[in-house]
Amino acid sequence: MTLLSPPRARSLAVRARVGVFALLGILVAVLFRAQVLRSSDWLLRSQSNRLKTLTVPAPRGVIRDRGGRVLADNVPGYSVSIVPDRPDSMISTLRRMREHLEIDDARLEELSARARSGPPRPLLVSVDAPFDAVAALEERRSIFPRLLIESRPKRRYPAGEVGAHVIGYVGEINEAEVEAREQEGAEPGWIVGRSGVEAQYEATLQGKPGTRYVEVNAEGRIVGSFAGVRSVTEEPGTDIRLSLDLTLMEWIHHIFPDGMNGSVVALDVETGGVLALYSAPAFDPNVFAGVVDPAEWNRLVRDPESPLYHRAVMGKYPPGSPWKLATAAIALELGVVTPTERMPVSCRGSYAFGNRTYRCWKEEGHGSLTLAAAIQHSCNVYFYQLGVRIGLKRLLEVGTRMGFGARCGIDLPQEAGGNFPEGFGYWERRYGYEPREGEALNLAIGQGPNDQTPLKMAQFLVAIARDGSAPAPSLYLAPDGAANGADWRLDISREHLEHIREGMRRVTRQGGTAYRSSLEHFDLLGKTGTAQSGGDRPNHAWFTGMAGPYGAAPEIVVVALVEFGESGSGVAAPLVAKTADFYLRGMHGIPRDTVQTLGEHEIAGRGTAWARRPER
Amino acid sequence: MRTLFGPLWRQPLVTTMVVLSVLGVGMIYSAGVLEVSSSVTQGLWMRQAVFLGVSIAGLLIVSRIPLRWFRWAALPAYVLGVGVLGVTLVAGTGVGTAEGISSFLSVGGFRFQPAEAAKITTALALAALLAKREEPPTYLRDILTPAALVGLPLVLVLLQPDLGTALAFVGIFFAVIFWAGTPWPLILFAASPGLGLILAFSLRVWAIYIVLLAVGLYLYRFRLYLVESVSVVLTNVAAGAIAQPLWNSLAGYQRNRLLVFLDPELDPRNAGWQLIQSKVAVGSGGLFGKGFTMGTQKRLAFLPEQHTDFIFSVVGEEFGFVGTSVFLILFGYLFFRMIGMAETAGHSFAGLFIFGILGIWLTHVFINVGMTVGVVPVTGIPLPFISYGGSFLLMSWLAAGAVVAVATDES
Repeated sequence: MTLLSPPRARSLAVRARVGVFALLGILVAVLFRAQVLRSSDWLLRSQSNRLKTLTVPAPRGVIRDRGGRVLADNVPGYSVSIVPDRPDSMISTLRRMREHLEIDDARLEELSARARSGPPRPLLVSVDAPFDAVAALEERRSIFPRLLIESRPKRRYPAGEVGAHVIGYVGEINEAEVEAREQEGAEPGWIVGRSGVEAQYEATLQGKPGTRYVEVNAEGRIVGSFAGVRSVTEEPGTDIRLSLDLTLMEWIHHIFPDGMNGSVVALDVETGGVLALYSAPAFDPNVFAGVVDPAEWNRLVRDPESPLYHRAVMGKYPPGSPWKLATAAIALELGVVTPTERMPVSCRGSYAFGNRTYRCWKEEGHGSLTLAAAIQHSCNVYFYQLGVRIGLKRLLEVGTRMGFGARCGIDLPQEAGGNFPEGFGYWERRYGYEPREGEALNLAIGQGPNDQTPLKMAQFLVAIARDGSAPAPSLYLAPDGAANGADWRLDISREHLEHIREGMRRVTRQGGTAYRSSLEHFDLLGKTGTAQSGGDRPNHAWFTGMAGPYGAAPEIVVVALVEFGESGSGVAAPLVAKTADFYLRGMHGIPRDTVQTLGEHEIAGRGTAWARRPER
Repeated sequence: MRTLFGPLWRQPLVTTMVVLSVLGVGMIYSAGVLEVSSSVTQGLWMRQAVFLGVSIAGLLIVSRIPLRWFRWAALPAYVLGVGVLGVTLVAGTGVGTAEGISSFLSVGGFRFQPAEAAKITTALALAALLAKREEPPTYLRDILTPAALVGLPLVLVLLQPDLGTALAFVGIFFAVIFWAGTPWPLILFAASPGLGLILAFSLRVWAIYIVLLAVGLYLYRFRLYLVESVSVVLTNVAAGAIAQPLWNSLAGYQRNRLLVFLDPELDPRNAGWQLIQSKVAVGSGGLFGKGFTMGTQKRLAFLPEQHTDFIFSVVGEEFGFVGTSVFLILFGYLFFRMIGMAETAGHSFAGLFIFGILGIWLTHVFINVGMTVGVVPVTGIPLPFISYGGSFLLMSWLAAGAVVAVATDES
């Protein structure tokens, strides 16, 4: 009552009102600035806040064989990601997820690092979660609120082991690749080709991922798609068709000797297209389709038989006797021999040159032979003399020019080139001396410093089967059917080529080394070979062959190499014969049969009169 | 009934409160309209409506209590309030997002915040203390006892630790000593240690401040005892000295809140989250807002604590600048009415008590609204009449009842 006089009270009340007015005025001013002056900024912010971008993976292009059979396609799979949040809570979610989804320690480390440093985009935990794990996580949605489970195409290889090496497999993109392919919009979680056709045609097969804008709440749960911004539809990768014949490859897989390693290459003579590219042992590429189990990976990598190794294009083997065909071709091209000419020294089981004696494989000797007969009997003494005539320098020159030291240029990333000395420098570099002329003799019969891949030998045979030219073997079947340009050219007349083929034809005739592999309906031409494998193990078995209807040009070239197969005629030749027969029967409308070669006819007790008919 | 409600409805204070509280229930309803399944916020508006009914009944009862009863009860109520605060420190529990702090006390399954009651009992006690004075405080020592009276519960609340509520006690103190007629230099000197504490973070600024303070003390020397001047300087120096240790003793989340206030983008995922999301919500509301219940930030649950501490963000997002202005005008009208009631009150106790309550509410409104737009650090403090919370609503209405009671007592 006595504290404040009324005038004092009035003056204080005025001041109090001014004070209240000032405080609330500050708030109104601040709100005016935020809500009126700078509202558009905040509005934008509020939209981007609830707008999250999801990457919609584009399905990879489907890979088909020449007949349209699927070699690689996509099936629905599930990916599991975590919507961005505080790094530590993302990591704790990861840890809790391990109960339901397999995440090994290394993967956990990697994902944790990505959660800590990565940009705020969904953290992809698994690109291929098993269905039961997805179901378990989905059931526990409430304790995993920021989980994002999306369907995502998963690669499938219906042919399994059969096409494993040539088709290759896919895997998750790594960090370096993400950086390298930033322009394409690559981001973690992308599935890229790792090997084979998948890697070679990565750019074609890889589609363009789409973008979906979704509204999410603060928990990261998607509440709907956002109408304001249009989503970008994903563009599936381009489908490709290969010249491969899956049925033929399955047949090869079926007939390849159990437990043996090696490869079979089949090329179409007309186009150089690869009909079959088979490598044994194989693996199931489907195990790479999602997250690779490290144990499985280690098993494949450590396997002493090297199942991941693509022997058809990477395996380098001493070519052995089949190389005599190349010696013959070089000699004919250089004109140092005529096909009907006989060598001055007839075969008595060995040949003396310099101060050394070079042996023929047949101790009693072959006598005096023409080119065709020398090929038929694989007479070393004949080819030693051819080597002497060619001379080491020219042999190396022409062999190199023909491409025996290079790759074929097949459309596969892993192809290895052959080993072939480009000149004398090879010996100087390696052994520190000038090669003696005697090296030419070794090279002439496919020995010495010379290693070739089965594919290279096959390409060479295509040239022999045609007019001396051969295109690079190719897997891709252009939609317009355009043929590949020839990149292998032998300057040999058609007549001379026919002499080489005649020699190869005699190999499967009565008295030839591969007589038992001759075919009823088709003319098989070939050259057997056993190549030293080094060490105490058996020799590698070669058969390089071509086949077509009797009296017509060869249509298919088949090369088989069986590691440590010992016998070219016993192991490799039937493989080639059966492969060619299977393919040609299909092409010429002859019902297929498991009894194919003469040997099989005999065992099956079928008629073999066809083998002795003169018109063959 | 007519006689029961009649005079009250003619009280603009009460009608303004009814309008604010009904709007509050509406905002709590809107805060529950989410696109996220949440069991927490849905249907809370009904509970709040029930609390409102109870609160109005409470006001009807309290507003009939004679003024002298309040004066008698002031000291025992204060002692009880402080006692319960002490118990809370020992036996209190946290709740919801304030889990780390022990500000709640449960008795028989009913949870309440003793600090809410303590604010009112402190206002009562402070008013009763100063109402005994024959004339306004002239010397610093005159406001020493009032400062101690407020300081005790303030420290207890600060220990919980609940910085926001503690600030409300500061509001009570300054509002009441202001209405007691304390000269403004004295009020400034009383506030100076707090200012010194804040400015101590920059040594240069602090040095300038101390010089200015000394000049002020010198100019005012005829109204101060030497010992007072010296103690003002000493407390300021002490405040400056403890600033660093005090900062270090703060809990991590408190330190973050202060740092984030300076730069919310410092930690956009953790401490800055609330502030950024709130600013986005309020800012994106624009002039007219997105419409009732239509706030997208709110619907998608980006807003933290949208039914309690951040309810004003929902107002801002859904009703825009027009809406926030209307709310602030309503509060402004409420406060002006209270000042008017204090001015015309028959007894100085009434005016002092009304200013105590005004101090509480003004602090709450300024800090709460201020933090939603980022002009004040985030301190968990509800918006009177609007934020969800039964005990706070009830206490506000009971306080208003007491305001009406003391203002209209003609004896």
